[in-house]
Amino acid sequence: MIGLIDQMKEKMRRTDVYKSIFRHSYEDTQRNRALQIVDNVFLHLHPVRVTRHATNVGFTWGMGGITFLLFIVLTITGVILMFYYRPAAEYAYDDMKFLMNDVAFGPLMRNMHRWGAHAMVITVMLHMFRVFLTGSYKAPRQFNWVIGVILLTLTLFLSFTGYLLPWDQLAIWAVTVGTNMARATPLLGHEGPFGPELGMKINNDVRFVLLGGTQVGPPTLLRFYVLHCIFLPLVATILMVVHFWRVRKDGGISGPDTTTKKF
Amino acid sequence: MDHLIKIISKPDNIPIVLMLGLTVFYTWFSMRKARRNDLQDISEEAKLSDKVQVWPYLVKVEFLAALLIMAILTIWSVGLDAPLEQPANPALTPNPSKAPWYFLGLQEILVYFDPWIAGVVLPTLIIVGLCAIPYIDINPKGNGYYTFKERPFAILTFMFGFLVLWVSLIVLGTFFRGPGWNIFMPWQEWDTHLVVALTNIDWSEWLPFHQPTRLVDGTLNPYAMLIGSVTVIGWYSLGVIYYFWKRKSDLMQKLGILRYSIVAFLFLTMMAVPVKVLLRIAFNIKYILVTPWFNI
Ligand code: HEM
Repeated sequence: MIGLIDQMKEKMRRTDVYKSIFRHSYEDTQRNRALQIVDNVFLHLHPVRVTRHATNVGFTWGMGGITFLLFIVLTITGVILMFYYRPAAEYAYDDMKFLMNDVAFGPLMRNMHRWGAHAMVITVMLHMFRVFLTGSYKAPRQFNWVIGVILLTLTLFLSFTGYLLPWDQLAIWAVTVGTNMARATPLLGHEGPFGPELGMKINNDVRFVLLGGTQVGPPTLLRFYVLHCIFLPLVATILMVVHFWRVRKDGGISGPDTTTKKF
Repeated sequence: MDHLIKIISKPDNIPIVLMLGLTVFYTWFSMRKARRNDLQDISEEAKLSDKVQVWPYLVKVEFLAALLIMAILTIWSVGLDAPLEQPANPALTPNPSKAPWYFLGLQEILVYFDPWIAGVVLPTLIIVGLCAIPYIDINPKGNGYYTFKERPFAILTFMFGFLVLWVSLIVLGTFFRGPGWNIFMPWQEWDTHLVVALTNIDWSEWLPFHQPTRLVDGTLNPYAMLIGSVTVIGWYSLGVIYYFWKRKSDLMQKLGILRYSIVAFLFLTMMAVPVKVLLRIAFNIKYILVTPWFNI
């Protein structure tokens, strides 16, 4: 029986279909391990070989990777939520109720999206903490740190714009408190230093642009929805691509410079 | 006690408990690694500097980590529903109104600074300051391994900003702030009618100066403005004094005047936050400087 299965496996590996998908043979050899990485579009984000300490969870805490994993989970669950959600004030809340009460796996999708978003904010902060503590922002990785800071900001904005979408009391008041600050923007806010002098009023300052009105209302919902589902994820994805590419180009995960004496 | 359990187990507060636990753990964990490295001639990381193949040594770790995280997230999401409160009602303001938890540190600072500082200038400086770190920290040591001894100033400053000014203030805002943004112990029942009498005074009105911010006719008192401006300028000139004191030192020579100015400005601005908090708590000081356009 076992022999038969092995025989069939062997046959399968020799078919044209198999060989067209997997470009290398199956034996556990150095060469195949390398091909496994370079022949796979996803895995080839990685180099073929890395220093041993880079595989150590104690060094990186895996936080960058976990942040990325959560981003993927959020993209998938987010797309599913979009099937059930309309960003208009008269529908939004009822759509959420419907999702939570009548859609199969609806609550699971929404909960994973919400808790995953909270978790991502935490892991991105911890990732930054780790990168700081190992001094990994030092040459030649300075610019990748800057990209990271922008990613951190985008993560917070993604979470903040998403917070409004359920259109419940929690949502509009948290966003009201958060966007009230914009009134006080120097020069650009109607209550900020030198704002009134420059002609800022409640209906033309930077907060008005952000909210699409003088208070959090239906236009704000649409604005935040578009930012949350299209603009911010797009920008974040592009910057993540750059971030990962730079990790490679800067010589992989940072490590002690073993060419000098004391390290 | 009931209130403590209620506030900690509020679905949206669970992440903050998680964040607090993880930050405490990782601070301890990384400092233990730093200490071990600092006591040796060669770092633990350098001992592992040989190369291994990504398949399977790294892919395996990533796979297990992904599995673990997915398991945790799934259990969390099955066990706990995301909140959905009453439908949005612009006419009904909840008390307290809180921003999302990651902005609560900034909302907390709003108690001590006007919105243009707490809500706009400080967040901008946090982002700009973080971006500047790699360019102003010119210490080449401690790149790619845990250490404390080789960069104590950098690590202490970052930890002060992250652990004290960011994480702790979020915890304070979440668990200790109740109706009217008054302080409540987490186990204390929230009293919505509590009114705390504010007897704040401005810096110039404080004992040694005794200059009212406004004159009897309501216009600003120029002496008060003078005292305020001198104080603010004095605070930032600490950086100038330090420069002239250390001008000849190796570090200052290497940093150069531009880098040093940025470090000094960012550092003094960051430290102004706890200083103002202390002034408020100890002497009820509200503003340091009042001008017709803005107050500090
Ligand atoms: C959406 C957010 C982010 C994602 C998905 C992400 C992902 C990653 C990943 C997967 C790595 C590989 C090593 C590791 O896992 O630690 C990495 C490295 C790095 N990240 Fe991020 N990151 C993000 C945000 C940030 C932030 C906020 C910073 C800093 C402010 C940052 C700075 C860096 C640097 C400098 C490295 C190189 C570290 C080294 O070589 O040791 N990243 N990032």
